[in-house]
Amino acid sequence: MDFIKRYKLDSLLLPLIGLGGFLLLWLIIAGRIETRKTVDEFGDPVTKSVKTGISPDLPTPSEAWKASKPYITEPFAKRGELDQGILAFTKLSLSLVMQGYFIALIIGTPLGFCLGLSKTFTKAMDPITQVLRPVSPLAWFPLGLVLFSSVKLMDGGGKTVFGASDAAALFTIAVCSMWPAVMNTAVGVRAVPQDYLNVAKVLKLSRAKTLFKVLLPATLPYMFTGFRLSLGIAWLVIVAVEMLTGRPGVGGFLWQEYNAGSYSRIILCILTIGIVGLLLDRLMSLVESRFKTA
Amino acid sequence: MSAYCELSQLGKTYSSPKGPAIIVKDFNLKIQKGEFVCLIGHSGCGKSTVLSMVAGLSSVTDGGIILAGKELTGPGPDRGMVFQSPSLLPWMSAFENVMLGINQVFYTASKDERRQIAEYYLTVVGLGEAMHKRPAELSQGMRQRVGIARAFALKPRMLLLDEPFGMLDALTRYELQQVLLSLWRKERITALMVTHDVDESLFLSDRVVCMTDGPEATIGDIVPVNFPRPRERKAIMEHADYAPLRSRLINFLEVGAHERIPYAAPVAQQLSTVAAF
Repeated sequence: MDFIKRYKLDSLLLPLIGLGGFLLLWLIIAGRIETRKTVDEFGDPVTKSVKTGISPDLPTPSEAWKASKPYITEPFAKRGELDQGILAFTKLSLSLVMQGYFIALIIGTPLGFCLGLSKTFTKAMDPITQVLRPVSPLAWFPLGLVLFSSVKLMDGGGKTVFGASDAAALFTIAVCSMWPAVMNTAVGVRAVPQDYLNVAKVLKLSRAKTLFKVLLPATLPYMFTGFRLSLGIAWLVIVAVEMLTGRPGVGGFLWQEYNAGSYSRIILCILTIGIVGLLLDRLMSLVESRFKTA
Repeated sequence: MSAYCELSQLGKTYSSPKGPAIIVKDFNLKIQKGEFVCLIGHSGCGKSTVLSMVAGLSSVTDGGIILAGKELTGPGPDRGMVFQSPSLLPWMSAFENVMLGINQVFYTASKDERRQIAEYYLTVVGLGEAMHKRPAELSQGMRQRVGIARAFALKPRMLLLDEPFGMLDALTRYELQQVLLSLWRKERITALMVTHDVDESLFLSDRVVCMTDGPEATIGDIVPVNFPRPRERKAIMEHADYAPLRSRLINFLEVGAHERIPYAAPVAQQLSTVAAF
């Protein structure tokens, strides 16, 4: 144990143990392939592979790896709309998430400011925000389709480049992911110390100056906490949206592979979604901590 | 002779669930131009309320305040405020904090002139080297120096100080009292300062206004302080009048503040104060 302590191996060892345990559990559930040699009804010898396990349809780790390998080794390959390298899918998903996320911030931040500044507005909006906040992305999407049913942008060749389902996808991401930004901004505005506001009052700063020189900088740390949480949710929503629309992306690929019965790549998708989500969160944490000191 | 700043029949009433709560009542005070007045009293008696009404941060519910011939109706940069906590904006450097006010008041001056004003006052309060640091990098005492520079830099009609040294240790407090006093001597800005430190009020002010305990707090006593200026701490503490004045103030805080005898300003005494000044 001294050896482990000395080299601080526990921070390496323990995660490895956790990972190993997880793989073991997977192996147990997935079972293994048994090859049996039998004789068929015509008397000919045949070899038959039978999967035994708790969940025989679940691919084993090695099967999953074998099936996923081309998608990882050629991450940007494009063989078809729904047959691309995993990073190509990630890129598609991320670009959609970013669009929806920015819409969420553009609407959510001012809304949060208004909620933070005005008690009257908070009281008026409270029932709506409280009810809308827990609604699942799956429920928003059809509403988005209805709302934007007439949206149809076509390119020169008459091909739709931005249709109702694209608009609905953005709407769903925006409406689901904006709440943390709204709520944290509102809390941040309410938490601005009275001292700062007194300074603004004594100096008779104009409304705009008070907003940009005092309120906004004082609220920034809260806002970025909200922005980080919002991005997490936007990334969660993307999978649901892509499944519903069948558009190319990590979520769309996942759903297609399920429908095609190739379960191995589902696991690849899940891992990709998890890793990208983690990276996004870390990235936002970095930005957030920069504003914490301010 | 009319006063530069006049608080007449000033009162503050809050409405509370149990009916109106009268914090300050019938507060009458005339402050001459260039005079330094300290307001002392127990914590919570309403002295800060009086100050924040003069600052315009708290609404006046009774009576009124006249400054330089005009009734005050709200906050404004014609009154330089030094808060108890330095109240600097943490995302700006000391210099930028001072500039925020200067840009507001001297918007007709050139950028260079404005910068010079800020640099001058920050240097005078002893922050020549540290003016581009953020508040987080400054000690509590240095932050309050910035607060003082910010107030003076606006060349206000009146200086309002709300227990500015209350959060500092004794040594730093002495230092800052000195900084404040030397700057005040240069500019002679009419000042009203809230404190609960008897020695501080004797060292700085021309008159000490004692407030009775709230609710319905008002003036209980006005003590003229006629030590010659410029003042030097040691000389003042050894002055023959120091001990009697000090015991008068302490006696008021210990006994007089609880007795509800509103202060009836003797005409003669008020005149003598003015003459002494």
